[in-house]
Amino acid sequence: MRRVPAYWILVTAAVFAAPPALVRAQENSDCLSCHGDKSLTAERRGRSVSLFVDERRVTASVHGGLTCVACHADLQGKELPHDVPLARVDCGTCHTQEQKDHAESLHGKAVARGDPLAPACVNCHGAHEIAPVKDPRSAVSPQRVPFVCGSCHREGSPVSRQREIHQANIVENYSESIHGEGLLKKGLVVSATCASCHTAHRIFRHTDPRSSINRRNIAATCTQCHAQIEAVHRKVIRGELWEKETHVLPACVDCHQPHKVRKVFYDQGMADADCMRCHGRGDIASSRDGRSLFVRQEEVKNSRHTKNACSQCHVGVNASKSRPCETITQKVDCSSCHAEIGQQYQKSMHGTLLARNDPNAPTCNECHGTHGVRGKSEPKSSTFPINVPGLCARCHREGQKAAVRYIGDEHNIVEHYQESIHGKGLLKSGLTVTAMCTDCHTAHGVLPVANSESSVNPRNLPATCGRCHHGIEEKFNASIHATVVGRTDKRLPVCSDCHSAHTIRRADTEGFKLTIMTQCGQCHEEIARTYFDTYHGKVSQLGYTKTAKCYDCHGAHDILPVADPRSHLSRENVVGTCQKCHPGATRKFAGYLTHATHHDPQKYPFLFYTFWGMTGLLVGTFVLGGLHTLLWLPRAVQMRRQRNRGKQQAEQAVVEANADGNGEKE
Amino acid sequence: MDQGTTGAKQYLRFTRLNRLLHVVMIVCFISLALTGMTLKFSYTAWAVTLSHLFGGFESAGYIHRVAAVLMVGIMIIHIVDLFRQRKKDYGSWKSMLTGPDTMLPTKKDLRDLTGSLRWFLGLGPRPRYGRWTYWEKFDYFAVFWGIAVIGSTGLMLWFPEFFTQFIPGWAINVATIIHSDEALLAVGFIFTVHFFNTHLRPEKFPMDIVIFTGRMDLEEFKEDKPEEYDSLVKAGALNDYLVDPYPPIVIRTIRAFAWTALGLGFGIVVWIIYAMLFAYK
Repeated sequence: MRRVPAYWILVTAAVFAAPPALVRAQENSDCLSCHGDKSLTAERRGRSVSLFVDERRVTASVHGGLTCVACHADLQGKELPHDVPLARVDCGTCHTQEQKDHAESLHGKAVARGDPLAPACVNCHGAHEIAPVKDPRSAVSPQRVPFVCGSCHREGSPVSRQREIHQANIVENYSESIHGEGLLKKGLVVSATCASCHTAHRIFRHTDPRSSINRRNIAATCTQCHAQIEAVHRKVIRGELWEKETHVLPACVDCHQPHKVRKVFYDQGMADADCMRCHGRGDIASSRDGRSLFVRQEEVKNSRHTKNACSQCHVGVNASKSRPCETITQKVDCSSCHAEIGQQYQKSMHGTLLARNDPNAPTCNECHGTHGVRGKSEPKSSTFPINVPGLCARCHREGQKAAVRYIGDEHNIVEHYQESIHGKGLLKSGLTVTAMCTDCHTAHGVLPVANSESSVNPRNLPATCGRCHHGIEEKFNASIHATVVGRTDKRLPVCSDCHSAHTIRRADTEGFKLTIMTQCGQCHEEIARTYFDTYHGKVSQLGYTKTAKCYDCHGAHDILPVADPRSHLSRENVVGTCQKCHPGATRKFAGYLTHATHHDPQKYPFLFYTFWGMTGLLVGTFVLGGLHTLLWLPRAVQMRRQRNRGKQQAEQAVVEANADGNGEKE
Repeated sequence: MDQGTTGAKQYLRFTRLNRLLHVVMIVCFISLALTGMTLKFSYTAWAVTLSHLFGGFESAGYIHRVAAVLMVGIMIIHIVDLFRQRKKDYGSWKSMLTGPDTMLPTKKDLRDLTGSLRWFLGLGPRPRYGRWTYWEKFDYFAVFWGIAVIGSTGLMLWFPEFFTQFIPGWAINVATIIHSDEALLAVGFIFTVHFFNTHLRPEKFPMDIVIFTGRMDLEEFKEDKPEEYDSLVKAGALNDYLVDPYPPIVIRTIRAFAWTALGLGFGIVVWIIYAMLFAYK
């Protein structure tokens, strides 16, 4: 307690400056005439509490020289016995600074809020028998601090369960830590207690810049005791940066976890400059395979990992060796920090291939790069949305290593994607929220479509597309095509069956509108064929879209059986559906058979008999007319021959006559 | 084929109005056939091409309906013309409909039919046909029948919203079948039987263009319609019907038009056969 000298001045002043003759002196003996009785009790919140004050202990306490009314100030000048209860003793009258610190702290704020669990002075320091801090009897002497704090912060206490405390098992961890062991087992009172790190009264969240355990302050807090720690850590942290640039350096707690601090040998770190002494040279190459081991510092500096030390990723260095890296035995393992992503990757097709030692298996650096790794929101990053299709294409483009081992139906996926609405949105319009490879296939959990865990497996596809097309997904999930609605053992369509996987087009383009009918027809064969027998289908077949197609009547994603009252074609809705194109449509109009066939006498007898009646008329007329004509043909030919013969004879006669005439003239 | 080559007078068989109506009817009929068939045979690649050629299904439909209205117009003009003829040339319906030039079937037509069949089979001489033969009368009434059946069903398809106020929706499906099959009958019959009977008969080959010129050689007239010729000679009225032939340029123009119509007609027949036999779905 830094303010102890001031405290003593106050106590002395209180003792000696007390007015010797008050109008009505209130001596301690006046109080003790009642409170000296051990049987004095009162009702507080339905419980009987003792009001006995042990005079010996009060006298022996640090406040022994004060009168009762010095603290119980509201009794000054009052008649005794007094009204109950008394006001809370205000320690701040004397302990101004402590009071102020406490009021600012988390504890003080909680008191001010009226939090029933919030600690006031008395909760830690006690009431009448407060001893000096150094006195082992004091409630806040170093050995007892963990118990005082632990009374609220122990495991399972109301505070640890009901308040937002980010650390678990605080007391347990502390008591097992090197600090706890020193204090509690070895009785080393200089060992750090709760208050050594958290301070006694200025207790803040670790995120609060005023807090002694804030990252910016933790080094200063630890160095209160560990004064020479820079020397110990000089390989990890260059001393002069410790205080100046604390934000770019690891804080003590990054390695030595709070409360769990143990006297163990932590991995010895390396300063990057030590690595760069060799790897900063352009000509450095591996002695094994000759590849360059040069590290461009510029690249690291602009990367996401600029704050990480070389040795954090390249683990296993030994700083005591002249070549510290010679002890490195394993490759960089990104999952030591990115643990969750690592787990996803291991389950993915990429991870499975790696586990099989497949030389084509892509590892983290295949996509993310090495020293220059950037976040996916940085345009220069290889994983920035616009760059992802090109990134995946390195292996998945036709002819490349992933594409050649693929045995499914999706080919030219890169080109198809580029031409699709998603590809155009992303690559031509630069719309970075447009779906690209990893939006559908996930980034790290890529699995083949046949795998039921895959994001593009039919089971999961509606949800995958629904991540962006949420409204559509909701409609689809209520439609007959959703597995929960259309209970059938037949295969039900999902998004990709109509929209394709990589060649997705806008649904309002002609091409899409026309192909959708054959898409529906893949399952609904009969109904599609008969559709093409009627006007709507025939116009569609000619390549025009301004006519009713499947989804115009049945709906697109909200298709329901006709029997369902919510269906677009239910008795309630069908006329309205027709009226979308035929404003004058009536219930009778809706009786038009849009899927009619004249080949089914049971279902459509009128059409069947009309068709065959007309066919009979046709055949009859053609047979009679044709027969008549065919019989006529030989006679007609004969007539033609006769006429030609007659004409030739006539011409012959004319020629002869002319010749005669000419002869006569000569 | 001989018209125009000689300067001899020709027999005038058709009035100017009749010829004009027939030309307009050809244009309408072929337009209706082509635009209609694109829908009927929409499953063939031909139909798709043709539909685009017409400027899309909507514009094809527009052409179809304009031609249909014109066709009905032709029929109305013809009927008006019949009234006019009754007044001017016959005086009464009775003399017009019972006279030798009547379009109504007569006992002579029945005799001519049996006579023709006998002639075809070599059992008798060629009947002495009059002004209108029985097959010409058949063609004539076929047009009335066709316009009535195709026209009425066509109206139902044109205004389904109006008609379904009185008739059930499935009747539109029935109308579609009747409209399309009756049209198929009309197109098929005109472009085969009618073409042969009146334009392409070997003795007329390659083409009889009397419907366009209205004129035929006297020799041919005498041979073709001996009864009419005789009655005209007997009545001494033949000279009233003799006119000068058209100049060669007119004949050539007419032939060009006729060949086009003939070509289109045959093309349509080939397309129908192809669509119904080879591409049928």
